[in-house]
Amino acid sequence: MQFSELWLRSFVSPDLDSDALGHLLTMAGLEVEEQDGVAAVFSKVVVAQIIEAEKHPNADKLRVCKVDAGHGELLQIVCGAPNAAAGIRIPCALVGADLAGFGIKAAKLRGVESFGMLCSAKELGISDESSGLLVLPEDAPVGTDLRDYLALNDTLFTIKLTPNRADCLSLSGIAREVAALTGQPLSLPACEPVAAVLGDSRDIVLDAAEACPRYSGRIIRGVNAKAPTPEWMKQRLARSGIRSISALVDVTNYVMLELGQPLHAFDEAKLSGAIHVRFPKAGEQVLLLNGQTVTPAADTLLIADETRALALAGIMGGEDSGITLDTTDLFLESAFFAPDVIAGRARAYGFSSDASYRFERGVDFALAGPAIERATRLILDICGGQPGPVVDAVAAGKLPRREPIRLRAARVRRVLGIALSADEVAGMFGRLNLQVAREGDDFVVTPPSYRFDLEIEEDLIEEIARLHGYDNIPVCAPKGPISMLPRPEAKRDTMFVRRLVAGREYQEVINFAFVEEAWEKDFGGNADPVRLANPIASQMSVMRSTLIGGLVANLVTNRKRQTNRVRVFEIGRCFAKDPAGKPVEGYYQPVRIAALAGGLARPEQWGESNRNVDFYDVKADLEALLFPRVAEFERAAHPALHPGRSARVLLDGRAIGFIGELHPVWVQRYELGTAPVVFEIELDALLETRTPAYREVSRFPAVTRDLALVVDQQVSAASLLRGLQSVAPAIVQHIELFDQYQGKGIEPNRKSLAFRVVMQETQRTLEDAEVDAAMIALTRHAEDSLGAKLRA
Amino acid sequence: MDQLDQLVTQAEADFSAAVDAAALEVAKARYLGKAGSLTELLKGLGKLDPEARKSAGAEINKAKSAIEALLNARRDALQRAALEAQLAAEALDVTLPGRGQGVGGLHPVVRTLERVEQLFRSIGFDVAEGPEIETDFYNFTALNTPANHPARSMHDTFYLENGEGVLLRTHTSPVQIRAMQAHVEAYKDRDTMPELRIIAPGRVYRVDSDATHSPMFHQVEGLWVGESVSFADLKGVVADFLRSFFESDDLQVRFRPSFFPFTEPSAEIDVAFMSGALKGRWLEIAGCGMVHPNVLRFGGIDPERYTGFAFGMGPDRLTMLRYGVNDLRLFFEGDLRFLGQFR
Repeated sequence: MQFSELWLRSFVSPDLDSDALGHLLTMAGLEVEEQDGVAAVFSKVVVAQIIEAEKHPNADKLRVCKVDAGHGELLQIVCGAPNAAAGIRIPCALVGADLAGFGIKAAKLRGVESFGMLCSAKELGISDESSGLLVLPEDAPVGTDLRDYLALNDTLFTIKLTPNRADCLSLSGIAREVAALTGQPLSLPACEPVAAVLGDSRDIVLDAAEACPRYSGRIIRGVNAKAPTPEWMKQRLARSGIRSISALVDVTNYVMLELGQPLHAFDEAKLSGAIHVRFPKAGEQVLLLNGQTVTPAADTLLIADETRALALAGIMGGEDSGITLDTTDLFLESAFFAPDVIAGRARAYGFSSDASYRFERGVDFALAGPAIERATRLILDICGGQPGPVVDAVAAGKLPRREPIRLRAARVRRVLGIALSADEVAGMFGRLNLQVAREGDDFVVTPPSYRFDLEIEEDLIEEIARLHGYDNIPVCAPKGPISMLPRPEAKRDTMFVRRLVAGREYQEVINFAFVEEAWEKDFGGNADPVRLANPIASQMSVMRSTLIGGLVANLVTNRKRQTNRVRVFEIGRCFAKDPAGKPVEGYYQPVRIAALAGGLARPEQWGESNRNVDFYDVKADLEALLFPRVAEFERAAHPALHPGRSARVLLDGRAIGFIGELHPVWVQRYELGTAPVVFEIELDALLETRTPAYREVSRFPAVTRDLALVVDQQVSAASLLRGLQSVAPAIVQHIELFDQYQGKGIEPNRKSLAFRVVMQETQRTLEDAEVDAAMIALTRHAEDSLGAKLRA
Repeated sequence: MDQLDQLVTQAEADFSAAVDAAALEVAKARYLGKAGSLTELLKGLGKLDPEARKSAGAEINKAKSAIEALLNARRDALQRAALEAQLAAEALDVTLPGRGQGVGGLHPVVRTLERVEQLFRSIGFDVAEGPEIETDFYNFTALNTPANHPARSMHDTFYLENGEGVLLRTHTSPVQIRAMQAHVEAYKDRDTMPELRIIAPGRVYRVDSDATHSPMFHQVEGLWVGESVSFADLKGVVADFLRSFFESDDLQVRFRPSFFPFTEPSAEIDVAFMSGALKGRWLEIAGCGMVHPNVLRFGGIDPERYTGFAFGMGPDRLTMLRYGVNDLRLFFEGDLRFLGQFR
């Protein structure tokens, strides 16, 4: 909402300068977003008239003007503006004038003396218009200071109103607020009834009384729609950001700005029969003022006559029933539409209007009458004409009611943390124009018709806080019962996991959760992703079910920016359709952690030869994250991954994610150079750890024996190890794989896996016989059941 | 016995001349070996009479001890020299970089979230979370924002295709409701419910994209519900947090009236730094207020018995202010040259 300070001050004028006034409004909740003078700072610029304009003897583009600036003598001024012509009235900066720091002196221009400067709007900081001199009206009084003549000592305020303060969408509303905040007297425009001269009227039928409980209408005949809008009105409209269109339209806009009541003027000649305020009939269409033809939805309220729909009530008028410059008779509408009936409708048709913006937030339901009188007065004054009587259709009992609200003094103290006296509170309510009755310590408060935001006790408490000043509420060190937060030892928090991954040289990234649909297919094998109904762009149209796509994109981005070694991770939610999903039904939304490593295994350095990162590098990172828990890895295909180099990760039998080298097809398609290795794991699996438990450390010597087994190449190390462990006697403390060998001495398609078996007892030294027996048992099982042969 | 003295002097000279252990052994043999000078002298003792043998023997043994001492001293010296030579040969260029892996880092916004969590944990706030695909009920209705409420136009919402009443959450405030419901459920058998103090950091989504708006961004929600929680307490907590977060008392904080459907009274929080590039400018940093009674009711809490405050702030903005980052989009581009600066 933009407005002129001078206009505001015509209603209430506190002893504050513009900055202080702006601060007052901001700190009361009417946030001033912008505050600017309407013109640059300048002095000694007056209204003048060009009496003569001759070509400059030495310059084609200059003119030598004789100017009447009200001094009796004419001033000679050289001017370069193309529109400088005899007769026009223009601003003239006199010798000694100061234009925003630029001093005007007597000067010679190409040999001709010049005593001043004729100005464009841009030079005065009034607008960006710089094509020529600012031409003033023909009746502009020569010699008058321009600042006074154009009322340039004014400031434009733009305030960002919160949706609850519809009552401040007008100058009167803001003035009321300023008066309440400062205690200054308020003088609002009088809206005296204008007596009917004609008997003509139009019936009004409230077919949907809940939606429109009040509709006032009046016929005015014989208006001159072509009459010019007075300069003062144009200026106020312009300073509110509204373009002057025609006197009748300007008046409706002016009254809306002044009082807050949207009005609409119909061309009386185009109406037939009674006005109906009703919901649409099937198939009905309206051609709107903005040229758009809409088929109103069933819940859009219409203004209609007996033959057709005319306008979308409270939203926009119709093109073929509105006033034009040829209109002589008009029908003026001033109505109250219930906010619920207007809310969201304009947006559904893809536009917004000043009227709908106000009605959906709440227009004073007592304002329709005063506003129609005010508009009538202005129309008669500007366009002439003869008014008929106001027909005020009101649906009894359907207008909003202002229910009394009980305010308890103790509640104010409790919610705000400050103690105010009853008199202070009463004073504030008085300034806010609230009706108050006292019942013991309680106030029973009835808000005025224009306050839609005061419904419950807390709303009144906020009013008290605003008038008291949020700044004046103390900053309290809060008190509360303290108790320790639970910190289970066997749980780690996400930040701890982040630090662990970062410690393995991964940089955290945050990628958008909406991704390209192709990523879902390529990296998730997901043909049915969660789709956005209104994506911001096609490459952000589906919700990701895996974090891998984003990480691959990070690799691509960084490679383009000449960083080829990329190690990144992300922790974030993934999304998939799932009928059993919780807590939002139908959607599975797990938090996952994924990492990608591409390029060299180590930063390029003097001490190690360069090699690319491989599966086992990244597997070690993942194992370190899981430590002290130990996961199992089993070969499994994944759409994103190389089928021979990918594994499902299992923790206590639960599949928690996958790890592998990116599929060569994607490496090629996404131009990744070498294949990166990625993993993606359910985050919760990493948050569960364990509380350490003590086991006795043996003081007796351990016996170590090695066991080299030759098996088929397809046999996994883990299966062999599991097999050995399953039959190991109790003295076996652990079995470790320490070597894998293929090549000379081993048949093709076979490999040798060497295990170290460590045996120990806590209470005694082991005997050779039991060690031998254990090794025999392990060997026999390997040979008999696991298809292995002892390596020769 | 000049001859013996001479021998000792000679041995000393020979030993000194030996440059390594092998040469020293050769020189040793010359005196103490089977055919060594002293050995020969000892062998010659048998020819002397017992009286002379006794005194000559003592003299010879004395010389032998002296030579042995000289030998050991030379051995030690040679060993020391050898060790020193070895150590000198083994010296490293200690200025070469260490070998192996480097370090990664956290995302700058996560750094901020971590600090926010730590600061709030220190006054007893726990961390809560909620789903990002949220229901219309939790995102709006339970937050006192019924359908068609004008406040909904403040949030340009992403909706899901074929999703009835589901959307991408536009703020972290729905976590308030979920946390209240869970808290009430957890203590339903008790007469008094302990205070609820949580923060809820997370990602939120709005249909908006330019230099200062990202369609996905972060919020941290805060909620404190108890039997005597007031607006003055809210001011205290937020001011304390901001000064702790920016590690500066050189900071002005102001609260001004605003509107959110889920708080009443509501406030916008502005900060102004007293120095630096943004000196003196009021910067909007968070919204807050006393939890609206309707919201408490949706959470299952009796607003007559309990009051509470809530706030929601933008950790992306906090991060930009803290580190002087001037473009929000940098956070989501994944450029390692940018992200690596926050390690």
